[in-house]
Amino acid sequence: MSTRRIFARPARYATIAPYLWMALFFLVPFGFVLKISLSQTAIAQPPYTPVFDLGEGWEAFKAAFEQLSLDNFRLLLSDNLYILSYLRSLVVAVTSTLILLVIGYPIAYGMARLPQRWQGIAMILVIVPFWTSFLIRIYAWINILQHDGLLNQILLALHLVSGPVAWLSTDTAMYIGIVYSYLPFMILPLYATLAKMDRTLLEAAEDLGASPAKAFWLVTFPLSLPGVGAGVLLCVIPIVGEFVIPDLLAGSNSLMIGQTLWLEFFTNKDWPVASAVAIALLLLLVPPLLLYDRLQRRQIEGGR
Amino acid sequence: MAEQLAKAENRSTEKTAPQTAVDMPLLRIERVTKRFGNFSAVNQLSLEIRAGEFFALLGPSGCGKTTLLRMLAGFETPDEGRILLGGRDIAQVMPHERPVNMMFQNYALFPHLSVHDNIAFGLRRAGMARAEIAARVAEMVALVKLDGLERRKPDQLSGGQRQRVALARSLARRPQVLLLDEPLAALDKKLRESTQGELMELQRRLGLTFIIVTHDQEEAMTMASRIGVMDAGRLAQVATPRDLYEAPASRWVAEFVGDVNLFEGQVISSEQGRLKVTTREAGIVTVAEPRQPVTKAIVTIAIRPEKIKLSRRGLASGADALQAINRFEGEVAEINYLGGLTAYRIRLDNGTMVRSVMANTARLDADGYGSSDRVAAWFAPDDGVVLEQ
Repeated sequence: MSTRRIFARPARYATIAPYLWMALFFLVPFGFVLKISLSQTAIAQPPYTPVFDLGEGWEAFKAAFEQLSLDNFRLLLSDNLYILSYLRSLVVAVTSTLILLVIGYPIAYGMARLPQRWQGIAMILVIVPFWTSFLIRIYAWINILQHDGLLNQILLALHLVSGPVAWLSTDTAMYIGIVYSYLPFMILPLYATLAKMDRTLLEAAEDLGASPAKAFWLVTFPLSLPGVGAGVLLCVIPIVGEFVIPDLLAGSNSLMIGQTLWLEFFTNKDWPVASAVAIALLLLLVPPLLLYDRLQRRQIEGGR
Repeated sequence: MAEQLAKAENRSTEKTAPQTAVDMPLLRIERVTKRFGNFSAVNQLSLEIRAGEFFALLGPSGCGKTTLLRMLAGFETPDEGRILLGGRDIAQVMPHERPVNMMFQNYALFPHLSVHDNIAFGLRRAGMARAEIAARVAEMVALVKLDGLERRKPDQLSGGQRQRVALARSLARRPQVLLLDEPLAALDKKLRESTQGELMELQRRLGLTFIIVTHDQEEAMTMASRIGVMDAGRLAQVATPRDLYEAPASRWVAEFVGDVNLFEGQVISSEQGRLKVTTREAGIVTVAEPRQPVTKAIVTIAIRPEKIKLSRRGLASGADALQAINRFEGEVAEINYLGGLTAYRIRLDNGTMVRSVMANTARLDADGYGSSDRVAAWFAPDDGVVLEQ
């Protein structure tokens, strides 16, 4: 009895660690951003008012608190620049995630069916691009897609086009960049669910009269749905907030929300509006995050 | 209900099975070989199984019994030979096109489907009408006594219940042959024994052909009408449980199935139906001459432990002279009380160890043998089996 208590105590402290981490590196900064989003822009250092200073006493603190307002959020709703940015972000995220699913599923499925010793090699091949800086890889794509780049040279050599195609600064280039960058995030969770799946289930399905294709749709696919969910959310959420890829590869006539945020922050120096954009983006992403959490919990329960 | 089921089953097999001669086996395996790389898992194996048999493939792990079963199901393709089911060669037929179903060792229940949908899976693939499927599923659920659990998912069932779902699922399509891969291995001993009885009852009632793979000889003995003992990709012997035990074909089979005392030696005479063999282990042993004349000079005599009787020294002096032939003196080296039986190890005076098993027929056994007691071990000539290989 007493030995159990001795062992239980450090374990109980260990469970605090993730909460502490969350509090320090998420909740506290989130509090700052939330506060700035409720402030007004000002030509000062820092560039917003009011500034809380506990040294000036309780009355001053209360006065500062009363200056906070939802004006910035009202602005987000009134100017369709922001709404269009959010919509574009969602459209880009959903479209590229669908493309990722269509490309990633067959790759993950193929990997899971490789002989055991090849699976590790395939896994390394999927991860290997991470060893190069993300920015350099996107610049490499600029090289490939530019006017006299590799892609146009190949297309011209094969006589598939009569003149160079303008790839850069188009949505196509952006989708290529996003799909390329996020493919491992789609493949890995899919591979994880497909690889641990019991192969005898497929044999059972075939034994009971299902053709191999039917067995895939009736057994493999439904059982891989938790992996599909994980892959989709691992891609959708960061793509919604993506900044670098659309900035470097897409044209400048329509912006994703990450670009709008960057503009507000660095070009307009409007910290409060930028913060409001960030908070709104977070609120937009909470529903899919909750969904992901539920899916994951169901997967854990299912694996029991 | 049960009778109706059996009748319905008979009708359906009559319809599906091609008309064949009465004596023709339902399943005929002809010189089948399966290699994995350089290793022959099944080697030139031939076997015939009649309709309605409960056939067990018994053997140590790695003997090829599971590979053979998987070839019958279609998950492996033979490298050589033919597999005829009702006269049709199915060796190259895809699993989903065979009139054969399998119950998997780990049950392989679909975790995302309910009990009902698991059982209906095969029926839906067969394109049965909705109402017919519902009726058949209900029938199967009743057959394996799963009433009330139709909506549960496999992970909400106990091991025994899962086993029943697997059985119902594999029986639902009324296969010509049901293959069972270690169907009881995952159950505890009590449940295993009751399930053995239920499986036999079901097989008899439905009149189906069952082929079961097992490494558990008691299980095979209890359930099967015939047993094929496999060793290194070949059938060492195919026989009824009784013949397998009482008349093993080889030394290997005698040792694999049950316990046995083996005495190896040279034949010295053969007269009046009695074979005299001089053995290293026990001196001269006299056994009944086998029906087929002995061709080899060196033979092995096999005697099951329960056929070796013990008696106190001196008491047997007036015993039947015939029985006194195979009489060896020694002392009790080891006693294992097993409840219904007691197993003794007797060290003969020449050092040979002999095993004997006696039934504990009296509750209070004041006269029982104790450690180091001097005893005489003897057996009747008819109880020894002559093995030539």
